[in-house]
Amino acid sequence: MRLVDTQHVERLRTLATAIRRRDLQMVYDAKLGHIGGDFSDIDILVALYFSVLRVDPNKPNNPDRDRFILSKGHSAGALYTTLAYRGFIPLDELNTFAQPLSRLNGHPDRKKVPGVETNTGPLGHGLPVAVGCAVAAKIDGAAWRTFVLTGDGELQEGSNWEAALSAAHYKLDNLTVIIDRNGLQQGDFTERTMHLDPLAEKWRAFGWSVREVNGHDYAALLDVFDQLPFEWGRPNCIIAHTHKGQGVSFMRDRPAWHHRVPNAEEYAQALQELDAQGGEHGSAL
Amino acid sequence: MKWAEAIPTRFAYGEELVALGHELPNLVVLEADISKSTQTYRFAKAFPERFFQMGVAESNMMLVAAGLATTGKIPFASTYAVFGTMRACEQVRTFIAHTHLNVKIACSHGGVTPGNDGVTHQATEDLGIMRTIPGITIIVPADYHATRKLVRAAAHHVGPVYLRFTRDPVPVIYREEDEFTIGKGKQLRSGSDVSLIAIGDMVAIALEAHEQLAQRGIQADVIDIHTLKPLDREIIVASARKTRRVVTLEDHQIHGGLGSAVAEVLGEECPTPLRRIGLRDTFAESGEYRLLLRKYGMDADAVVAAAMELLQR
Repeated sequence: MRLVDTQHVERLRTLATAIRRRDLQMVYDAKLGHIGGDFSDIDILVALYFSVLRVDPNKPNNPDRDRFILSKGHSAGALYTTLAYRGFIPLDELNTFAQPLSRLNGHPDRKKVPGVETNTGPLGHGLPVAVGCAVAAKIDGAAWRTFVLTGDGELQEGSNWEAALSAAHYKLDNLTVIIDRNGLQQGDFTERTMHLDPLAEKWRAFGWSVREVNGHDYAALLDVFDQLPFEWGRPNCIIAHTHKGQGVSFMRDRPAWHHRVPNAEEYAQALQELDAQGGEHGSAL
Repeated sequence: MKWAEAIPTRFAYGEELVALGHELPNLVVLEADISKSTQTYRFAKAFPERFFQMGVAESNMMLVAAGLATTGKIPFASTYAVFGTMRACEQVRTFIAHTHLNVKIACSHGGVTPGNDGVTHQATEDLGIMRTIPGITIIVPADYHATRKLVRAAAHHVGPVYLRFTRDPVPVIYREEDEFTIGKGKQLRSGSDVSLIAIGDMVAIALEAHEQLAQRGIQADVIDIHTLKPLDREIIVASARKTRRVVTLEDHQIHGGLGSAVAEVLGEECPTPLRRIGLRDTFAESGEYRLLLRKYGMDADAVVAAAMELLQR
């Protein structure tokens, strides 16, 4: 357990609130997006991009960079906003989200956006691609690591489990999957749609080393990332317990907010709630 | 045509991979449990540290190959053509083609060459499926030597490539010194009466038909379209302008593959009477490869009949 730098944690929290605020504005302006899932994973993205990933926005193609793949590609809004705050793309460019011919499409494209390692959107494909990245690092004996963030609903895709087998087989302790376990998918709760629990046991049975963490608690997130690799010779799985729509009371844990766009009244209320959490200060960071 | 000395093109693939492995340190090979069949076992023996057995999980294999390619590796992912193009179709389309990653999808058991394995293992729709996906180069070598050269060309080509090999032996029609360029068809015989435009294992059948037609005093142009995409439009149009009659030959459904591609070119540039040799919207039976060619009107006799019908119009 590392000593928690409370100032750093506070900085991350403020930053995440600013990113939520900007993402909300972006989705509201574009009239499309996936705000519920964005708010569910923004704390994980902020922890990764501002404390964990060894990446350099000035050298997005540095061969020694850590790789991050957003398997839940529909959460592109959260990724673009985080990349912008981290310096990969201009903050102003967020205004072009989902506009005609913009490079910030509804799902991320590696040929267009610096810092995006592969295209995602069709679910269940981020982890297998990440396995390929991690295998490449093993071939080269390189120190860089691969992280992939999946939704929980997308674990219903069998492709994840093929990839899970292969990651354990090749002892990819340089690979970490983070599961955004908010318990919701597009249409309903995951457990009503297709049971996933007991989830940790499934990953353990596949040969992964598993930790569970509160996905909105920075001290806990940083602590768990700090322990990587959890065990030599085993791929790492972090089940991050989260809330879809985290940060806005009327969105939190509500299936409807998977890809609903707020109306003017809802937008104003959501901004007010985020501002009360310090969101208006974030852009100064 | 020496069927007695025929060799499956997958053998040439396996041998060329080993040669390339010595030259290209970034070349890696992925396999889905059939390395004896696809011949990648040769590479596995020579370069075990660059060979990845992915088990019976073709979709995962394609995506792992994509991940490897993002880091600069040159992955060859091998399986049977039915699995590489159909089970893993979305993986190939969205994560290899759209991303334009340098993955080589190298598949054995093309067309009806798996013969007795039956429909489940005969890929007769793969070329049509791959051809509709933007940005994938499609290569179907005709024989052993063509395969060696074209596998080499594919390894040096930057971008996704689909390669299709035969399970069963096919005659050797080229010499070792023959050269091949991706996207450039090979003019094998010159004649002005009818064009025989063929791909893959059907090039040998076109040459057989050429002999039979010659015995009747008919001079056939014979062209090997080893690269279905990008298609060599010039060689097709030039031949059609010369002969005014075209027969296409493919070990594939007549929909979506070479016959369709040639019809598109001719329709746009040089409308010409056309007959297409291939499976006519039917699955094939299980049976020996050459017996199937005969049963489905894809042997040299059928090609000659199609050519004669065009000539007698």
